[in-house]
Amino acid sequence: MDRKLVFELPNDLGCIEGAVEFVLLRCEFCEEVSRRLRFNFRVSFVEALANAMLYGNAGDPSKRVRVEVLMGRHALEARVIDQGSGFDPDRLPDPTAPEQLHRPCGRGIFLMRKLMDEVHFNDQGNAVTLVLRFQEREALLREASA
Amino acid sequence: MAFQVSREGDVLVVDVDGQLIVGNRQELKTRVLEELEKGDRKFLVDFTNTGYIDSSGLGVLVSLSKKIREQGGELRLSTLNEDLRTLFELTKLDTLFRIHDSRDEGLNGF
Repeated sequence: MDRKLVFELPNDLGCIEGAVEFVLLRCEFCEEVSRRLRFNFRVSFVEALANAMLYGNAGDPSKRVRVEVLMGRHALEARVIDQGSGFDPDRLPDPTAPEQLHRPCGRGIFLMRKLMDEVHFNDQGNAVTLVLRFQEREALLREASA
Repeated sequence: MAFQVSREGDVLVVDVDGQLIVGNRQELKTRVLEELEKGDRKFLVDFTNTGYIDSSGLGVLVSLSKKIREQGGELRLSTLNEDLRTLFELTKLDTLFRIHDSRDEGLNGF
């Protein structure tokens, strides 16, 4: 059965680690999935939350970040929504280009796209959805353990 | 405490416990820059006990490496697990750092 988590965070970077653990503790998946959850999802989720707080909400402590997580049989989806005006995710430079390699920032969305199966932005650019798809075997194991 | 700092000869070794992410990167940066200011030039960041790094963590390593190089020093990395190594390869930062399989290997090469 699908399970949904919805919560809001203050615009505080110190809340990110706790939020990630809160979600992961509620994902009772098989061992096969857990490595991708533990690493790929964790890193991508941190990136999404940090981007929302630092860039979307521009560090404004009066703003909040909304999180919606849908744990389904075939996929885990996490939507992170900030209160900013949005941006165009297709106009970001490639952080692996030689002229970008020495920059200390600009790798967050690149990593999300590499580590997750799907990454979607809404038209406004203030909400990102991360999708981690389970392999068929993983889905069967998950169903069997339910 | 996310970082343990120790000294091996003339190398300052920083062990990252848990994670290096947006919430604690500044602590690492401040600590390393303090030691750079005091005269240290050889730095090894060891990831034996590190679960994950985000882009801010990668960014702080890039930034520190640049500052250390400007002072004639070097920042090396050691003991990255498979996942962490993948992050460096995806971002091509493996071409920017000397990455050693073990702490001892990192120390010996300095």
